[in-house]
Amino acid sequence: MTDILDLSVLEAHNAKVAGELSPQEHVEAWFAAAASDELNAYLWRNDRGAGAAAIEVEQDWNAPIAVKDIFCTEGVQTTAGSRILEGYRPPYTATAVQQLIAAGLPILGKTNMDEFAMGSSNENSAYGPVLNPWDRERVPGGSSGGSAAVVAGGLAPWAIGTDTGGSIRQPAAFCGIVGLKPTYGAISRYGMIAFASSLDQCGPLTRTVSDAALLLAMLQGRDPLDSTSVGIEGGVSLPDREDLSGLRFGVPAELARDSVDAGVREVFERTLQKIEELGGEIAEVSLPNAEHGISAYYVIAPAEASSNLARYDGVRYGMRAGGEGDLIEMYETTRSEGFGPEVKRRIMLGTYALSSGYYEAYYGQAQKVRTRIAQDFDGAFAEVDFVVTPTAPSVAFKLGEKSDDPLAMYLNDFFTVPMSLAGIPAISIPAGLAAPEGGGPQLPVGFQIAAPAFAEQRLLDAAYALEQGIGFEARPGGGSGG
Amino acid sequence: MADLEAVIGLEIHVQLATKTKMFCGCELSFGDEPNVHTCPICLAHPGVLPVPNEKAIRYALQIGLALGCEIAPRSIFHRKNYFYPDSPKAYQISQYDIPICGPGRLGDIRIHRAHLEEDAAKTIHVGDSGRIHGSAASLVDFNRGGTPLVEIVTEPDLRDAAEAANWARLLRETVRQLGVSDVNMEEGSLRVDANVSVRPAGSETLGTKTELKNMNSFRFLQRGIEAELARQRELVGAGGTVEQETLHFDPASGSLTSLRSKEEAHDYRYFPEPDLVPIVPTEAMLREAREALPELPAARVERYEKELGLAGDVALTLATDPETARYFESTAAAADGIEAKVVANWVTGELAAALRQAETEGGAAESKITPADLASLVELVQEKKISHGSGKKVLAIMVAEGGEPAAIVEREGLAQMSDSGELEAIVEKAMADNPDAVEKIREGNNKAIGAIVGAVMRETKGRADGGEVNRLIQEKL
Repeated sequence: MTDILDLSVLEAHNAKVAGELSPQEHVEAWFAAAASDELNAYLWRNDRGAGAAAIEVEQDWNAPIAVKDIFCTEGVQTTAGSRILEGYRPPYTATAVQQLIAAGLPILGKTNMDEFAMGSSNENSAYGPVLNPWDRERVPGGSSGGSAAVVAGGLAPWAIGTDTGGSIRQPAAFCGIVGLKPTYGAISRYGMIAFASSLDQCGPLTRTVSDAALLLAMLQGRDPLDSTSVGIEGGVSLPDREDLSGLRFGVPAELARDSVDAGVREVFERTLQKIEELGGEIAEVSLPNAEHGISAYYVIAPAEASSNLARYDGVRYGMRAGGEGDLIEMYETTRSEGFGPEVKRRIMLGTYALSSGYYEAYYGQAQKVRTRIAQDFDGAFAEVDFVVTPTAPSVAFKLGEKSDDPLAMYLNDFFTVPMSLAGIPAISIPAGLAAPEGGGPQLPVGFQIAAPAFAEQRLLDAAYALEQGIGFEARPGGGSGG
Repeated sequence: MADLEAVIGLEIHVQLATKTKMFCGCELSFGDEPNVHTCPICLAHPGVLPVPNEKAIRYALQIGLALGCEIAPRSIFHRKNYFYPDSPKAYQISQYDIPICGPGRLGDIRIHRAHLEEDAAKTIHVGDSGRIHGSAASLVDFNRGGTPLVEIVTEPDLRDAAEAANWARLLRETVRQLGVSDVNMEEGSLRVDANVSVRPAGSETLGTKTELKNMNSFRFLQRGIEAELARQRELVGAGGTVEQETLHFDPASGSLTSLRSKEEAHDYRYFPEPDLVPIVPTEAMLREAREALPELPAARVERYEKELGLAGDVALTLATDPETARYFESTAAAADGIEAKVVANWVTGELAAALRQAETEGGAAESKITPADLASLVELVQEKKISHGSGKKVLAIMVAEGGEPAAIVEREGLAQMSDSGELEAIVEKAMADNPDAVEKIREGNNKAIGAIVGAVMRETKGRADGGEVNRLIQEKL
């Protein structure tokens, strides 16, 4: 049989059921693989020693999982990629993680991320950037860069991350794996360290669409600890659709314009052809307000973040600096030393946007745009079943390439932010490889499919059929597939 | 210079007596060891989320209905952002532009709004000042943090300090009778802030207001407002202007010190709380809240005045305390054919005085006198079976040992003298014993009749009917 680490979770499960793979062997292989992290993808690894006692490892049939370091895990350091939470050991475990543990999934480790999920390259981690397993001079995307890198780099069979404006889908695209952002409210946010509460959503990063469905089935549900959670009615089952006949895929005219790299555009066009080959229909749809998504997003998300991150004041937990006899000085020193530059930038942006006299012009206006974008999607879904775009305008870029240009960095979210603002589910699947602008080895390109709220099953079914049709087989360091 | 009229509005924070906090499952407590009622949620650990306390929402609806407020079909929570150690999230979850309770009225005072929010933790500043400035250290007790609060805001309808204090008493009684709060000012479960300004009498515009805090009794509330009004009147009278500021009232010295000026006012950066969904009270919730409402003091006062014909002050005295009100109503029901007004006067007058005289703890309802017994006593007096004076004597005995008035009358020999021959003889003797008084009456000095009546009453030990004695004296003259 093939290498254990090449199997998707579903394949491994089938092998175990067929008696071809021992559950123990499977788990051990993954723990050994995780220990070989050279990508700076794990911030904490479960060595299953005394220090990890708080996370119970059950040697169940299920595959072990990597968890983004934004999820609180009782007794285990949870930093959200920030210096200000260095050494913080939460007194409780996030609902999503609790559900995985309850389903018998051993936790492999906690993955690196952009500080407080703010970033598209993982370069904003206080613990150093994660390297892209396809090219270690390139970024894995962000903010769930660690979770994407461990899955793509053979350090975990699957992982969970969070997506606020693209933080699951964009790194999934950059690393050549599947990333799903479910409908807002599908999965509990309790214990997920907040960046922008009205946008944050937990989701799976997996090798395959089937694995994403398996994980979503375990994660989704209404949680009494999260008033905004509702779960997915009817649950989620394994996708088994073989073609796309009778389904209409809308390409938004407004999002298909410029600023997309030629290589990405080519893979996108090829994927549209594949959809038609599979019996699907391509139509143009209009999302007239979607192009303002970035502007609205970079008001709303920082505004909420400025409030969510105000609790890190050095009083009760985490880092404390300065403050000999002066409370205000302690607040200031702790926050100045504890937060990185991007986090500070967004706190300032958000504070400004909410301040008296500017609220209507910024936050109020952004909320109106958000409503319009949601209406645009409603209009589009009256005509088509799905809206499709490239996941990101480019393939993975080089470390340091955009870190001095926040605006260029923000544009990475151009295709993913509108779905976040509308609260609808969207999946990125690997659609092929393309050479980066400026040359170099070929890198994965993601294809994004968005569906109406809570239509996860339909979305997974279609993504599965397309995934089978594309047959993306490429692996980091391996040969070209798509 | 024209007279300066006082304009006062109140902001009242009511701690709700729910079992648990507003957004987590921690128990509410008062006086426990510090920081024993805390959890990751009320300590604002990373990743936690608030879940609203349904009971608190129901209580807020009851308060809103009791204050005649419009209930919002859909209200939302906002975040009020500020850095201070008493606020672990660095924001308070409150309500802003869409409160659960809109405009209403209690008595003559209009309610602007009432909204739900969470209480801050308690900070204790170690040092002489007792405040954060100049303190050696500050300690935080998170037990109180997250306690459900309803903040009630009035319109600026109050016109003097005493009126404000009296209205606040009515509000407290109203909330207390709902059973949704302990309304204990000393323990802080009822906190009253006052917005105070002055303006030329007759003016329609509002003057610049100051906000008074820390008045933890109705007396201090009145004194604080009085002190601030005096300060503002003097200032404006001398041609000065009032600065908008928040003032701290020191009950010990009676002085007001500035906490912060307008320039130092916070920009709270309110925005809708994304972690919570809107409050949409269902028809069933509203119905339950309505059904749970007892008759409240203001409504009772109105009923006593309009239906029972009681005088305003008597109605207020009876209606304010629900126990006394119940006692009065039972007595009135038991007193056959006697006007409620008469019974009310007995309860608030003679009985209250007798209880005071005996230094009895508690009011009429806790006394040894049952409503039926009091009703019998009032009947005896009204039917002139005993004199009013004898009635009071019987009442004093009833206060001390209880018992049926008829039996006490019998035992003490207090029955009205029914044999007019006997009384006539006593009257004649009294007139003979007081010839000076008789003479004076003949000369037109009617006051002198008191001496003769007094002598008759002494002789009869109060058993004679005053009216009959008077009639007999006039007859004999």
